[in-house]
Amino acid sequence: MRKFLISILSIILSFLVGALVLKISGISPLEAYSVMWDGAFSQPNYLSYIIIRSTPLVLTGLSVAFAFRTGLFNIGSEGQFIIGALSAAYFGMIFHFSPWIQIPLVMTLAALIAGIYGGISGYLKARFGVHEVLSTIMLNWVALYLSNFAVFLEGFRRPDMETTEYIHNNSSITLLSDWKVSDLGIEWLNAHPFWQSFLRPPVNAGIFIALLAVLIVWIILNKTTFGFKLKAVGFNPVASEYAGINTKLKITQSMMIAGALSGLAGATHVMGVSKNIAVLATHEGYGFDGIAVSLIGSNHPVGVLFSGFFLGALKYSGQKIQSSLEAPSEVIGIMIGAIILFVAIPKIFDFLGKKA
Amino acid sequence: MTEIIFLFSTTLMYSTPLIFTALGGVLSEKSGVINIGLEGMMTLGAFAASWAAITTGNPWLGFLAGGFAGLFLATIHALASIQFKGNQVVSGVAINSLGLGLAIFFCRIFFEGASMTPPLDLEKKIPSFMNQYATVYIAFLFTFLIWFIFNKTVLGLRIISAGEHPKAAGAAGIKVSFYRYVGVLSSGFLAGLGGASLSLAIVSNFRPTLISGQGFIALAAMIFGKWNPVGTMCACLFFGFSQALVVYIGGFENIQISSQLLAILPYLLTLIILVGFMKKTTAPSSLGQ
Repeated sequence: MRKFLISILSIILSFLVGALVLKISGISPLEAYSVMWDGAFSQPNYLSYIIIRSTPLVLTGLSVAFAFRTGLFNIGSEGQFIIGALSAAYFGMIFHFSPWIQIPLVMTLAALIAGIYGGISGYLKARFGVHEVLSTIMLNWVALYLSNFAVFLEGFRRPDMETTEYIHNNSSITLLSDWKVSDLGIEWLNAHPFWQSFLRPPVNAGIFIALLAVLIVWIILNKTTFGFKLKAVGFNPVASEYAGINTKLKITQSMMIAGALSGLAGATHVMGVSKNIAVLATHEGYGFDGIAVSLIGSNHPVGVLFSGFFLGALKYSGQKIQSSLEAPSEVIGIMIGAIILFVAIPKIFDFLGKKA
Repeated sequence: MTEIIFLFSTTLMYSTPLIFTALGGVLSEKSGVINIGLEGMMTLGAFAASWAAITTGNPWLGFLAGGFAGLFLATIHALASIQFKGNQVVSGVAINSLGLGLAIFFCRIFFEGASMTPPLDLEKKIPSFMNQYATVYIAFLFTFLIWFIFNKTVLGLRIISAGEHPKAAGAAGIKVSFYRYVGVLSSGFLAGLGGASLSLAIVSNFRPTLISGQGFIALAAMIFGKWNPVGTMCACLFFGFSQALVVYIGGFENIQISSQLLAILPYLLTLIILVGFMKKTTAPSSLGQ
């Protein structure tokens, strides 16, 4: 309960920080926030854009939260996301099975490869004592340039473009795209204005995968011996070792699961939204936002689900102040930084009473 | 011969921002405060320097402005870590996010919505002496200065005691939090200078991708250099050399290595070094506590 209050207060404080920054730059904070509010909730299709936007954030948030719960700080979500996206783009392009085989296969491969990539950091920590914060940060950049290298490979690259070929149609998890343009679909949608608006964006099945992942992570952490051991290693590695837990293996496994979750985020993004990958000038921030999602959600799977939607809404509506007020949307990045900062210093909320 | 000179001077050029920033890391971590916010401090420093140099026309004012921008973020980190005893790693992540956000936000405000600053005229860039930017010499000067502080002054000893054994230091009457503030604030100033040496000398503008992980490489250099100013400088020269090598090999027409693959090199080297050197770690004993 205290953690929930801290998150809420951190969010409120971050809105004040955002207001301050906007005010200094001569932009009315009230106007900006009301544009954001309308931009998030005034039309059904905005809601579905928020869901699309939130899907990868829930998954990367879950990835960071899982690692946190087992005593590890996964800053590498960003790189694992890239590896997952790259794998999904590649296998999604070369395989031509029926969707029922293709989709699970491509997703599993993407999660597996990203899991191995995340596992590297776990192994380096367990075997060589390399702090995971440093190794994951380095691997983020390795992943970025590796992906950029892969995009230019012959056969993968779209001729004369800085992107890859599109994935095969059977790899797509976009929902109802054919039905929406069929006569039947058009007729039905015209009769149902709410759904017409809600379904206008390219809605995809990624959110169901994210929900499933929330459930699975919750079960692993709370209902299995495996999860218990992972958490025990996080709380006290020495005691766990003494109790007969293979701590080195557990640290590696934990980072592998975290990596797989981030990889899944990348896969749903490619298979549901972008359909290919492009050369990246810099990190897109899905993984870094995952850190914020995890912290706002108190590292709890269900908390992560809600904070993922919150951050998705914030990021989606934040774009709109740029177009209508010419206010830089980077104020959202500042607000996210402020939230992370306030969550890091729970002491400022001591007036709520000591740990209840 | 010209090739060796090219490699040598390119190495010095690319090492400079790393040296400033990594020395900052040394100051902060020697005092006992983890600072992974160096990246964000560099970013804001690079922007502030570019902006100040454009508005005042004086690169040195720009350079200082970069330092103060880093100092500003360091103040937040110091408050969070020392005053409120928060999680230093998480606070550092927040600083990185704030630094990048503030830099681009104010860039758009001051430069009509553009996310990069216009290129500096030649006379507004940091001047060069003997084919090297003045900042290169300043970086070496700072290395000596910080080596001197740690090895020859009471101030240095007290900073070290705050990071090694804060309780004993406290019992001996040393104000631990004061020396930690000194460590963290000066680290921010130096990281800001590091960013400024990028946007005022190596390239002539600020852009969102300018820093691209160099703050983290500086952090690795600090570890590789075993938290020792001179060792850290050597590690920075090594990373600078690996970047210079990327430029050098990229210049060949008959060697076809993807520039993207080459760009991995510094990060991969960092990882390998971490693996090789982490066992014999000599981190300040009370780091992060």
